[in-house]
Amino acid sequence: MKMLFYPGCSMQRTARPYLDSLLAIREAIGLELEDVSDWNCCGATEYMSVHRIAAHALVGRNLALASRQAEGTDTLTAGCSACYLNLAKTDQQMREDPRLRTTVNEALAAGGLSYEPGSLKVRHLLDVVCNDVGYEAVKAQVVRPLYGLKLAPYYGCQVVRPDPDSRWDDREQPVAMDRLLRALGAEVVDYTLKTQCCGGHMTVIGPEIAYGLIRRLVHGAAAAGADAIVTLCPMCQLNLDAYQVEMNKFFKTDYAVPVLYFTQLMGLAFGRSPAELGIGKEFIAAAPALARIQDEPPPAVEAKKKRRPRAEDGLPMPRMG
Amino acid sequence: MFDKSEEERIGVYVCHCGTNIAGVVDVGSVTRFAADDLKRRGVVLSREYTFMCSTTGQDLIQKDILEQGLTRVVVAACSPHLHEGTFRTACDRAGLNPYLCELASIREHVAWVHTDHAAATAKAKAVVSGAVERVRHNVPLEAIHVPVDATTLVVGGGIAGIQAALEIADAGHEVHLVEREPSLGGHMAQLDKTFPTLDCAACILTPKMAAAGAHPHLHLHTWSEVEKVEGYVGNFTVTIRKRPRYVLEDVCTGCGICIEKCPIVVVDEVHEAGVGFRKSIYTPFTQAVPNIPVIDTETCTYYVKGKGSCRACEKFCPTEPNSIDFNQTEQRITLRVGNIVLATGYDMFDARRIPQYGYGRLPNVFTSLELERMCNAGGPTGGRVTLRDGKTAPRTVGIIHCVGSRDRNYNNYCSAICCMQSLKLAHLMRERTGAEIYNCYIDLRTAFKDYDEFYQRVLDEGVHFIRGKVAEVSDVPRGPDEEGKLFIQVEDTLIGMQRRVAVDMVVLSAGLQPRHDAKEVGQTFGIACSSNGWFIEKHAKLDPISTMTEGVFVAGCAQGPKDIPASVSQGAAAAARVLMRIRQGELALEPVRASVLAERCSGCRLCNGLCPFNAISFDPARGVTEINSALCQGCGTCVAACPAGAIQGSAFSNEQVLAQIEGLLLKNLEPEEALA
Amino acid sequence: MSVAPPVSAADSVPAGATFLQEVMAATPGKSRLNMCIQCGTCGGSCPSGPEMEHTPRRLFAMIKEGLRDQVLRSNAPWLCVSCYFCTVRCPQQIHITDVMYTLKGMAINAKLYRDHSPPDFSKTFVDYVEHYGRSFELGLATRFNLRHHPLSLPNMAPMGLGMLKRGRMDLVPHRIDGMAQLTRILERAKALEATS
Repeated sequence: MKMLFYPGCSMQRTARPYLDSLLAIREAIGLELEDVSDWNCCGATEYMSVHRIAAHALVGRNLALASRQAEGTDTLTAGCSACYLNLAKTDQQMREDPRLRTTVNEALAAGGLSYEPGSLKVRHLLDVVCNDVGYEAVKAQVVRPLYGLKLAPYYGCQVVRPDPDSRWDDREQPVAMDRLLRALGAEVVDYTLKTQCCGGHMTVIGPEIAYGLIRRLVHGAAAAGADAIVTLCPMCQLNLDAYQVEMNKFFKTDYAVPVLYFTQLMGLAFGRSPAELGIGKEFIAAAPALARIQDEPPPAVEAKKKRRPRAEDGLPMPRMG
Repeated sequence: MFDKSEEERIGVYVCHCGTNIAGVVDVGSVTRFAADDLKRRGVVLSREYTFMCSTTGQDLIQKDILEQGLTRVVVAACSPHLHEGTFRTACDRAGLNPYLCELASIREHVAWVHTDHAAATAKAKAVVSGAVERVRHNVPLEAIHVPVDATTLVVGGGIAGIQAALEIADAGHEVHLVEREPSLGGHMAQLDKTFPTLDCAACILTPKMAAAGAHPHLHLHTWSEVEKVEGYVGNFTVTIRKRPRYVLEDVCTGCGICIEKCPIVVVDEVHEAGVGFRKSIYTPFTQAVPNIPVIDTETCTYYVKGKGSCRACEKFCPTEPNSIDFNQTEQRITLRVGNIVLATGYDMFDARRIPQYGYGRLPNVFTSLELERMCNAGGPTGGRVTLRDGKTAPRTVGIIHCVGSRDRNYNNYCSAICCMQSLKLAHLMRERTGAEIYNCYIDLRTAFKDYDEFYQRVLDEGVHFIRGKVAEVSDVPRGPDEEGKLFIQVEDTLIGMQRRVAVDMVVLSAGLQPRHDAKEVGQTFGIACSSNGWFIEKHAKLDPISTMTEGVFVAGCAQGPKDIPASVSQGAAAAARVLMRIRQGELALEPVRASVLAERCSGCRLCNGLCPFNAISFDPARGVTEINSALCQGCGTCVAACPAGAIQGSAFSNEQVLAQIEGLLLKNLEPEEALA
Repeated sequence: MSVAPPVSAADSVPAGATFLQEVMAATPGKSRLNMCIQCGTCGGSCPSGPEMEHTPRRLFAMIKEGLRDQVLRSNAPWLCVSCYFCTVRCPQQIHITDVMYTLKGMAINAKLYRDHSPPDFSKTFVDYVEHYGRSFELGLATRFNLRHHPLSLPNMAPMGLGMLKRGRMDLVPHRIDGMAQLTRILERAKALEATS
């Protein structure tokens, strides 16, 4: 399937492994990605803090270029959560607020562009992989299942919140990436912090706050028994990986939980080499964790035999669907 | 169309309604318009008055009917919803058939929706003109009288239903009480103590349950549901489906040996709210009425594994003949009743829908109902308040108000009783464990008698109050000092800072919501549900227990969240209304109905499926459709649908409606020669 | 019955509008800010909550009462990490994060922030985007830290070097081809914003 692709500034360098691993796996999952030509920065969370309308126009240029370029597809996908949200929110707000739609288009006209809101479907890369490609198709490409590898799926915030197009099952405890990782053969640990914030730009503006948040996320993953954290956003990866070192310095701790992109894990399962996937560029080396991948699936946990409840068992827990 | 040979004598009355109408519409001008311009249309007099609905106003009409020989009356005033009955009764008293009186709404339709005075006055004149043209085609109608069966059906054996049933039965009339669960009691039977008096729920409820069980005029149908309702007020035919208990009711003595011996233990999702157990053969609780067990065929070995297995209940049953009957089948009972009271209660909000509160994931997060069961001496811990391990008493507890209520993401309304319930649980838990309790609330709703005093009592007992809606319940530490604890993270809005309070246990005060099948139940009984899912009452302020369907009443939480005194009051009110109907013996129904002109009916049956009140049936013998005038509510759907124009509405005939349109368009004022 | 004064064709905020109306008009779509019941879910959910001078809830109470100066001076919007927990949990479905962005822009326009470092960070980022069409991490970090935390630069050096070593940081910025086009678009947008 063909899609328009918005790489975003981070994927060019800071998160180069994300882009490299995506390019390494896209053929296997049948994804044809066409870069939006001459795209500009989406503004992250910074541009909108200074200029309102201009921030929408900044994003609008990308939407306009993409829609002009669109042929054979109307889907625009981005791998970075902030890029995705900026694109999706601008589209949605232009759809719902006629005043904004007019103003943004007036601004775009100064550059000879225009954008009809709703003409593109903006989707996050994870959404595309889980729902368009599908878990079965991904599983079919697995030649080296990630048996024995325990992963903590970390979604971060902006992919599942505010979810302008209602793409996710839950905004606090989603399971889409969990299912994807299981399809790769890995074991997914119970990581309830999966959508707690990594701190974003607070690592620069208010490091103490950020380090506290990062510590919680890393500690939680380690406590849950994870060998690695899997993420889908360059900002989250930077904060949890590069800043894990700074966080350790601040708290005088020695956590060492590597942080990889889900595309890198997919690449490994598809049999690609770590170098191809940008593995080795992390601050917290992933190699020791990846060495735990086994050839044989772990033994199946025997289902507990049902027996008559006894007083020592305590009170029953509510049934979860 | 404008036949001058009919010598009608029409009286027009234009009401000021204080300044409600007169403040926008030039009432004098409208009155003069009727007197002058509509004189040739039969208006013989036209009056204005400040408040037509007053005794003086009504007297005006009556005097004119008697002295001026009026044959038709038009009252231009407020919406017919308010005073159509008033003016029609006034006419009736003066000897004029009430259906020869028409209302023209110049308040809701004119004065209250326009600001341009000149335009409003012109519109008011048009409206009056339309009413005058319509009333010329009115025909005298007589109310339809139907007899009222003295037997009553009450659906729902909770406190509201029991109250209604007992009062009607005490008056000497037969009542059939249908309850879906094996025993009466409803949610009240699950509670430990009730606010604000701290009366033990069972102590005040079970005497009523016992009275209901023993009453000679009260017939209980537990473990049953109403399947079908046909007929109309005073004459309903109800089909009840009695599910098989697999226990013979006439033989079983309620000794309970079968329950003792049953080897299958399952989680009791209903009475124990999922936090306790029952056997596969069970009564919901010890004081059950009737005290006859039922077998749960989904877990009973005999039904699950095969007919040879277990049968312990049967083996140990001491009665002769044996009370267990594995081959019992469901039964259907048909009843004739005159009135129906729906008291089907509520469901609790499902706290699993809020993932950030951790219910179902974190062991020591409970719902308020689970706590009620824990506090109840008949519950899973014998009345001790413990953590999920069933043993350890909590030292700090967080109670979260407004779970699933006052929240556009879940239920937008306030559930009325949870604040008081939370205060009660705070009191009970503190009393039994000495724990530090934190009630986290948005607003404290302690409105009724002795409620605020109860809050003061709880305040005095040292319970902490944090004004803030809890954002999350978490077991994840933010720093090394927070290891191993459960936290409620909340903004203490009165102090003005975010707090993380370490607790052992969290109680979620989950809200009330309509029964999961309220809509279907409503359809069975022909009543509607509001956008929030509660049954709709006839008038929210003045008649909260009637519905738009004559003969069907609602009582208790089925109509909306409320406390026990309110439920009891509504049950009693419904009973009083039913007893009034029974006393009247017969009912006068509004003759605004549709009827089929058989000679025009082609038998196409297009109308048959359209009636929202199931009033239309087809007579295959004659090949024509018939309308039951008692069931018909005169909505007009079939009248509009009939392609042959074979259906007429008795107070809204085609002639009336078309004439009214012509009058609205002031076509009636055009010179005679212009008319064809 | 009184009717709200009609808004002008240019949709500018009418004279005599309250601070609340001003904030709501400047936020796209329906923010529902006027529906706040002060429950505190936002303040309870916020990861930066403990560090904010005013929680979002408190800020909204101040907005409603017209305390414009205090609100725009508050450090609260600058600590917002855009995690959107508040927005999805708010029982009145108020678009809280969007309002935070509005307040940031207003604070910059009114020059009413006290701690300069967050606005400066954003403005520095904006500067690079407006010159190159892309963000430039090295430039951003260096310029920002030089101005605000010069003493931290030596501490940041290992990480900076680490990034460079791993090929995860550019030494020079990249410029898009359509920079002139982007500039025209942004200038027009800012002009339109000034008149609204």
